[in-house]
Amino acid sequence: MIPELGHIILLLALGVALVQGVVPLAGAQRGRHDWIALARPTAYLQFVLVVLSFICLTASFVRHDFSVLYVASNSNSALPLPYRIAAVWGGHEGSLLLWVLMLNVWTVAVARFSRSLPQVFVARILAVLGLLAAGFLLFMLITSNPFERLLPAAADGRDLNPLLQDPGMVIHPPMLYMGYVGFSVAYAFAIAALIGGNLDAVWARWTRPWTSAAWIFLTFGIGLGSWWAYNELGWGGWWFWDPVENASFMPWLAGTALIHSLAVTEKRGSFKAWTVLLAILAFSLSLMGTFLVRSGVLSSVHAFATDPRRGLFILAFLVLVIGASLLLYAWRAPSVGLGQRFGIVSKESMLLVNNMLLAAACAAVLLGTLYPLFLDAMGMGKISVGPPYFDTVFVLMMAPLMLLMGVGPLMRWKNDELTGVARRLRWAFALAVVAALATGWVAGQVAPATTGGLVLAYWIMASIGVDLLERLRPRSGLGGSIVGRARLLPRAMVGMMIAHLGVALFAFGVAMVKTYGTERDVKMGPDSSTDLAGYHFRMVSVRNVDGPNYAAAQGLIEVSRDARVIAMLQPEKRIYRVQNNPMTEAAVDSNLLRDLYISMGEQLPTGEWVVRVQHKPFIALIWIGCLVMMFGGGLAASDRRYRSRLTRDAMLRPAVLGGRAR
Amino acid sequence: MKPRHKRAAIVIGVLAAIGTAVALVLNAFNSNLVFFYTPSQIASKEAPLGRTFRIGGLVQAGSVARDGVSVTFTVTDTAKSVPVRYEGVLPDLFKEGKGVVAQGQLGADGVFAAREVLAKHDENYMPPEAADALQRADKMKAKVAGTLATTAQQAPGANK
Repeated sequence: MIPELGHIILLLALGVALVQGVVPLAGAQRGRHDWIALARPTAYLQFVLVVLSFICLTASFVRHDFSVLYVASNSNSALPLPYRIAAVWGGHEGSLLLWVLMLNVWTVAVARFSRSLPQVFVARILAVLGLLAAGFLLFMLITSNPFERLLPAAADGRDLNPLLQDPGMVIHPPMLYMGYVGFSVAYAFAIAALIGGNLDAVWARWTRPWTSAAWIFLTFGIGLGSWWAYNELGWGGWWFWDPVENASFMPWLAGTALIHSLAVTEKRGSFKAWTVLLAILAFSLSLMGTFLVRSGVLSSVHAFATDPRRGLFILAFLVLVIGASLLLYAWRAPSVGLGQRFGIVSKESMLLVNNMLLAAACAAVLLGTLYPLFLDAMGMGKISVGPPYFDTVFVLMMAPLMLLMGVGPLMRWKNDELTGVARRLRWAFALAVVAALATGWVAGQVAPATTGGLVLAYWIMASIGVDLLERLRPRSGLGGSIVGRARLLPRAMVGMMIAHLGVALFAFGVAMVKTYGTERDVKMGPDSSTDLAGYHFRMVSVRNVDGPNYAAAQGLIEVSRDARVIAMLQPEKRIYRVQNNPMTEAAVDSNLLRDLYISMGEQLPTGEWVVRVQHKPFIALIWIGCLVMMFGGGLAASDRRYRSRLTRDAMLRPAVLGGRAR
Repeated sequence: MKPRHKRAAIVIGVLAAIGTAVALVLNAFNSNLVFFYTPSQIASKEAPLGRTFRIGGLVQAGSVARDGVSVTFTVTDTAKSVPVRYEGVLPDLFKEGKGVVAQGQLGADGVFAAREVLAKHDENYMPPEAADALQRADKMKAKVAGTLATTAQQAPGANK
């Protein structure tokens, strides 16, 4: 009964989404206030329906209803409850439902926190979001109904993919989807502004906090995915340039560019057309990412059974969304105007270069990801593009980006002088070089590439320091203590500094791990031992343990340094009973300075095990850097100017209320 | 410099920078393309020596031999096979008789030295490269069988 209920509710949601997508939009064009007023109620109603439907699916999982095909293929009676709930989005159908749920969460947030915006504008935004939801609901109902019955019911389920049975997996997809779908808000704002013709600095100010919020979730989702892969895939890598990762990374790059270009549009009114294009592109890449990953085009843990109808629908939907928005853009964008002029040496041009580099990096990732797929689809052979390509290209793009990251924030808008900026920053640069060389010396090896990376990381930190010092220096007119002056710094600025600091920490972590990380594959049995990077690893024993739905061989390895035991690690080799899949469960001893990573390979005929031990200096900084970036983004998004009442007064111009602004 | 010249210099500079960047990216792209060869192609000497590429097929049953951390096995597309050597931890789903993809270089001795053996996430899942190799080998066999059949058919006619 519950699955049928869920199905019917989903159908109702589609109907509501269509009303939400069409009526307010038409009302905004014709100036019908009663139609416009439908936007909010329909958005709330659709949210309630989708939540109910999601609850129905979750209930089917919790109650072990194996007469539902989706439950039977992704769950099992031995699966623990938290993973049964996570299994709701462990497959294609459920993850689509999660996508729609997230879209509704964002829609409701927009409906709730847009009271100060003009009604017409809100109506258009909610309508665009409603149309997107309708598209997804249609896709789900036509090709991938999660509530499809399996008759007769299966005796037991096929179990959730063991790789996905991890706490990280429980939150990774929702966070990633929050990010992906979050860009739909920036997209809807852009489309609404293009339709209404009110593309200006105020529009940029409204869009900024939403974009930053989406970006924060996406950063978290990607970081979490990387951390999960590191801990769960059992070979100690944190990023593989796998097409699936690239699919989430491209919207991130576009979104990062968007955040920076929005700053220019808000402050100076420039880059308007480019900003709108970026908003469209960021969301298009999110859509493409979702579909690439979930359609089975890419083979990976994320891909599910393929169905040609799905591929066709997906392609049609992508073409429709991206094509229609680009058409609208081509029609409307030429009329938005250029904004204020700026000199070659100015904050604007710094941000312009930032955008060019990020866009180029995004394009390079796109090339490396799609070209092999394209060749394969054309039947022109199978190739793959290796990580060295991405590594090379990224160093190429990110090095100048990071160099400018130290300069840009200190530049003035409109026009500045190169000599002045150079004078303010010379000590920061000298300090960065010295610190990088010192770090290499302490680590025992000064490699040119690493030193370059470290210089850039320290350079960003040092320039943030200079920026902060200059702003906190006592000036005439601004009295008070340092603390008082620090309090006066706008939150958005502090957020930017912190986010940039996150980039520096991340780069530092990457440079250290890439250069000074070591690993060794050894044969180990009880009482055998090995040494790595000054640590002594001794295998104490291997015993058999039983989990709820798996059996495992569990090693006990004693790690010591200078004859002092610092950790007892228990890596496991699990066999999940239902799918009979082996799984490596690595054991990690982690602190800020280094990770010790042990994974068990296969058992040799002699009874010993092949064990991989790895020493990874500063790898934690990679994820800490992401967290710091997120925190900075959060501070910036919560700046009080985005909440101020001024926006309302500035925008309540009659021209906008009339529908078309031009 | 006159403003006009200055602007021209900037445009040229930006174009040069973009040009260099594109050239570098494409160069990196080109030198890091990893091509794929089937065991049959390797047997007919189509694969390059001293360049990294991928092979795919099935791990031949009974071919896996270990010596400490190094392991040797044979990858077959059912028509031809290639010996592979690898050092380190094999992925969880590496099994005899199952599909496998390996990346590495072909040595002069005809042994494929794998740097990487690719992990797959599902036991029933066949890596596309491996599936492709099997399919192509099947087609070749069918073609060979077809030719044999036609020769056989022609033979009596020739006798007449």
